[in-house]
Amino acid sequence: MSTAAAPSLVVVSAGLSQPSSTRLLADRLSAAVDRHLREAGIEPRIEVIELRDQAKDLVNNLLAGFPSPGLQAALDAVLGADGLIAVTPIFSASYSGLFKLFFDLVERDGFAGKPVLIAATGGTARHSLALEHAMRPLFAYLNAAVVATAVYAATEDWGGGGVAADGGLVGRIDRAALELSAAMAVRGPAAPKDPFADPVPFDQLLRS
Amino acid sequence: MQFGIFSVGDVTPDPTTGRAPSEAERIAAMVAIALRTEAVGLDVFATGEHHNPPFVPSSPTTMLGYIAARTERLILSTATTLITTNDPVKIAEDYAMLQHLAGGRVDLMLGRGNMGPVYPWFGQDIRNGIPLAYENYALLHRLWREDVVDWEGKFRTPLVGFTSTPRPLDGVPPFVWQGSIRSPEIAEQAAFYGDGFFHNNIFWPAEHVRQIVALYRRRFEHYGHGPADQAIVGLGGQTFMRRNSQDAVREFRPYFDHAPVYGGGPSLEEYMEQTPLTVGSPQQVIDRTLAFREIVGDYQRQLFLVDHAGLPIDTVLEQLDMLGQLVVPVLRREFAVNRPPNVPEAPVHPRVLAAQAALAAEAAQAPQSAPTAETAPAAAELDA
Repeated sequence: MSTAAAPSLVVVSAGLSQPSSTRLLADRLSAAVDRHLREAGIEPRIEVIELRDQAKDLVNNLLAGFPSPGLQAALDAVLGADGLIAVTPIFSASYSGLFKLFFDLVERDGFAGKPVLIAATGGTARHSLALEHAMRPLFAYLNAAVVATAVYAATEDWGGGGVAADGGLVGRIDRAALELSAAMAVRGPAAPKDPFADPVPFDQLLRS
Repeated sequence: MQFGIFSVGDVTPDPTTGRAPSEAERIAAMVAIALRTEAVGLDVFATGEHHNPPFVPSSPTTMLGYIAARTERLILSTATTLITTNDPVKIAEDYAMLQHLAGGRVDLMLGRGNMGPVYPWFGQDIRNGIPLAYENYALLHRLWREDVVDWEGKFRTPLVGFTSTPRPLDGVPPFVWQGSIRSPEIAEQAAFYGDGFFHNNIFWPAEHVRQIVALYRRRFEHYGHGPADQAIVGLGGQTFMRRNSQDAVREFRPYFDHAPVYGGGPSLEEYMEQTPLTVGSPQQVIDRTLAFREIVGDYQRQLFLVDHAGLPIDTVLEQLDMLGQLVVPVLRREFAVNRPPNVPEAPVHPRVLAAQAALAAEAAQAPQSAPTAETAPAAAELDA
């Protein structure tokens, strides 16, 4: 498969420290998705967006009303992605503020049907349902196609047993990655609509 | 090509003193700005329309009517007239009346308005923004072109046998610019009617401006109003000037840092890099403005925002003097270079055209130095 036609897998990580367990989880997920896609004969282009690098520009956008070129490039990458892995630390029972700042700017229209894998990190497993009561509804609002398995990694999971067992972190990463790669393979390349290139004729706009 | 000033009409405290002008002072300042716009040789003054504090211009035709009585050449316009929440019948009447009083020196720019509560205050719903703009404008368009109108729509009471008075001056409706930042639906509407398209051009990315103007031009041609490069395009832009760019930056920075529209986000330097805001020398303003042509092609109207960020009125008037003496004459000359002869001027009322031609003929006969000495302050005053 040529590079030009390679589907894009975009990874958004809202981890704050360097290195962060959120980025660690994001990398494990993207490696697993990459492996499953390659097994299916698809070579993805992988792009990682660290929201920490966009933090100041995100606040600037909030206040000034327009994105910096760097932030615009990140938003364009997410909008044009054939598959998305979104990973955030859980703060106060939900995704972090930084994570929300970014996804507040994503154009909903361009998101419909996009395969998304959601994942989160936290200090203890007690916060794992934040994936289901906060993260999944956010992407449901965006009309994304969120895969069934969401991956939560508590601190203890990095040292816990069950590496081979289905219920362990490694098993969950693999299951979620398989689901995302399958969804990407079925859906094919995202074709973002450009309303400036293909305008809706005025008489049609009048009737709508 | 037309050059002018547009004012939002906000009451903003001067961040260096903490003092806000009263509404009376701000209204008087807007009038003073309009009068100086004509005096320094610019062509257009456009006022915003707002219906909530801290803005004063809720009644544009009242203000523009007063300015019309005190000016001779200035084209009076808006930035923008709210086509969504105003009754199109009242827009038709008000601006036709203004057109008569101003001898045809009137056009208007239509916009939707983005302040949510203004819609319910005027009995509308912001979710209907685009349908309101379409329906209201379709009615306004007919009211200025048909003597007797029967009409029924979704958003206002029907009309049977209605005649909007006064009829447009000489039967020529005021020229309309459709203003939009990012809505392809409005560019499409402007193209459909063959109206002008104005982009406020205050926030970039420049690519967004390029995209939407390109769409308008292409669709203008599609709807049979002429080739794309003959569509009528206007741009905004905001500036602050001193003779030395360091002085401009030093003086403007506290205004930038603390003004509600600018402060707290990107730095002045980032803002200048990422938007058309130009704080610097007259030459920098000239260079920046000339480069707009590379984004949208040869265009017809350039409006500057100069009364921003709580700048005191005396400073704003100095800015106008610099525009009139040091910037716009160069822009007129430079924009004319390599401008294809088929690129039209922005439409103005025939009576205005005739008056301008008469003035130009008169000026050609008079001694060369007379007009500028009378209408613009001496260059030495700029350094005050």
